[in-house]
Amino acid sequence: MKNKILEKRKLAYGVHEFWIENPTVSKNAKPGQFVIFRLYENGERIPLTISAINKDSFRVIVKAIGKSTYELCRLNKGDFILDVVGPLGMPSEVKYYGNVLVVGGGVGIAAIAPIVKELLKEKNNVDVILGGRNKEYIILEDEFKNANNIYIVTDDGSLGEKAYPHQFMEKLMQEKKYDIIWAIGPSKMMKACSEVAKKHDIKIWVSLNSIMVDGTGMCGGCRVRIGNELKYTCVDGPEFDGRLVDWESFEKRLNQYREEEKIALSRYLQEVGEPTWL
Amino acid sequence: MAVKQRIETIERNPNERNKDFNEVNLGYTQELAIEEAKRCIQCPIPTCAQGCPVGIDIPGFIKKIAEKDFEGSYKVLKKYNSLPAICGRVCPQEIQCERSCVLNKVDQPISIGALERFIADWAINNNIEEDILPEKRINKKIAIIGAGPAGLTTASELSKAGFSVDMYEVFHDVGGVLIYGIPEFRLPKSIVKKEAQLLKKLGVNIFTNIPVGLAIHPKELLEKYDAIFIGVGAGTPKFMNIEGTELNGVYSANEFLTRINLMKAYKFPQNDTPVKIGEKIVVIGGGNTAMDAARSALRLGADVTVVYRRSENEMPARKEEIKHAKEEGVKFQTLTQPVRYIGDENGNLIGIECIKMELGEPDESGRRKPTPIPNSNFVIESTVAIEAIGTNPNKLLLSQFKGLELNKWGYIKADELGRTSIEKVFAGGDIVTGSATVILAMGAGKKAASAIKLALS
Repeated sequence: MKNKILEKRKLAYGVHEFWIENPTVSKNAKPGQFVIFRLYENGERIPLTISAINKDSFRVIVKAIGKSTYELCRLNKGDFILDVVGPLGMPSEVKYYGNVLVVGGGVGIAAIAPIVKELLKEKNNVDVILGGRNKEYIILEDEFKNANNIYIVTDDGSLGEKAYPHQFMEKLMQEKKYDIIWAIGPSKMMKACSEVAKKHDIKIWVSLNSIMVDGTGMCGGCRVRIGNELKYTCVDGPEFDGRLVDWESFEKRLNQYREEEKIALSRYLQEVGEPTWL
Repeated sequence: MAVKQRIETIERNPNERNKDFNEVNLGYTQELAIEEAKRCIQCPIPTCAQGCPVGIDIPGFIKKIAEKDFEGSYKVLKKYNSLPAICGRVCPQEIQCERSCVLNKVDQPISIGALERFIADWAINNNIEEDILPEKRINKKIAIIGAGPAGLTTASELSKAGFSVDMYEVFHDVGGVLIYGIPEFRLPKSIVKKEAQLLKKLGVNIFTNIPVGLAIHPKELLEKYDAIFIGVGAGTPKFMNIEGTELNGVYSANEFLTRINLMKAYKFPQNDTPVKIGEKIVVIGGGNTAMDAARSALRLGADVTVVYRRSENEMPARKEEIKHAKEEGVKFQTLTQPVRYIGDENGNLIGIECIKMELGEPDESGRRKPTPIPNSNFVIESTVAIEAIGTNPNKLLLSQFKGLELNKWGYIKADELGRTSIEKVFAGGDIVTGSATVILAMGAGKKAASAIKLALS
């Protein structure tokens, strides 16, 4: 059967790793691409980054933030996802650059894992910064052990240095010249990292987590202003040069259904009770 | 010549129907259908059939209705049209078959669309299925990309001819614009589902959730199949790209209608997909998509205004749709063009600055060209704006199909038989013509199917 959950593992509170059986996705996916899930007949379509592939299955790492992700995190090994569409989006532009800095924040760490792997295959020197709220949210550390350097920062200093990723990035860039940067994580982090990169005049790829419906370029709900152009995150991205992103309108668009999201989640929690599975 | 008056179909009361998404037009009863069928004078050279893009034997199927042989009528219909329950509902008959009806000279034309729909519905309700299995199987494989009207028709024609057909669709359901674009109140989705089930019975393999180009490389398709038909539609919305296009509450009609029709956002929170419903919704454009968006918005309880830059005479929407929209309470503000969206500090739309227009000389489309009247700017307060100003070709697939020639608008270059610059590849529907109608896409699918049959025989 398609879309069976083969493995599920809790990585941190509300953060779960899923391996989903789907040969179409696993055989074609490249770093930077994503899938769209629909969990059940009345469900919504949600985009999730593909963070690894293995023969007939692929991995997503999900953070529970609203009704659909709570519901997904409640599923277990052996359960099925009704609809999985993918791979979608343009792959990351991975090639030989020289010195590359890759920053991952929170579940963004999962998104950078396949990119770092490919960058290393292309013989780049790759330095990695992993950032999290606290030590619990520094996930998948093992997967970066082949990087040239790995730095860990936490907001509260419970692991590694007490700093925000962009602050640590600034520090590294004082000492070392990078040819290109990737930064994936919460929009606040990507925006701050983009400002640092802009200051140093170095290209920075960010992966935008816009609100999507179809994910195939037919609705424009995920539109974002890049420089002077209107782009669709799902088919033109999701990776863009962070120096050109109109962060202000991007962040406001992320909030457009905040009230509806609250309604859906509280209604769901009333139905299922305490989310002990998170 | 005294001709009996056209029998009207039964329509639900505007004040009742504008509160739900159930079908507006209830069609004919058996008695009414027979009465209307009897009006047909059975022309020996039927001009009506020439007006139909798939050339249905119209007097033939109508004669059988008059004789009360509904099953016989259905068989005639299905010989020409694989989706009659859909076409009877959404075709612009007034510019096709019904315009060519000779009765136009003396009175109103035969209600061909409503009769087609009556027979198709009757067959569905009575579980009538045509003799569907092909006489012989042909050992050739065809891939159809896109399960909209063009792809569904091609798949059905080729399957009936005995080919083995695999159909790839990126959405979770088949139907294309029939499920995400045209609203439930004009075309119940249960009908699209039933037509799709018939396709499965014909032996068509349907693969949903497959983005061709990303999940299957065109090269792989070319190796695996004897022919490929591309019917992916003109799915990418255009935006006017005026100031404030990024504001929350500004939608493309595609997004708004997809949320409503495909994702059933009007049932939120029973269904998970939300949609913004302002007290005042403005729809920009004058085509059928604009009417669908306006009438959908109305059903969410909003006060809806259609803003159009020309006058009502130039509106490309079907007259019937404009009439329905008006009856239901949609307001029209013509000769008006938005110039800027105004937002609040949270990035939410609060108003639309517009300018008044006047009509000048006719342009290349033959319609009088609108020009702005200086200093006539004014603001319409609104928290939701829906742009229905047309579409562009979707690049999801085309960017992956190397060597496929495109025209200057970015659509696929194909001849009248759907042949493209690549020998094995055929195309039809909106991806060739730009946004057109369901029946024209079906006509293109039918022609491409004949061309494929010819090429592979």
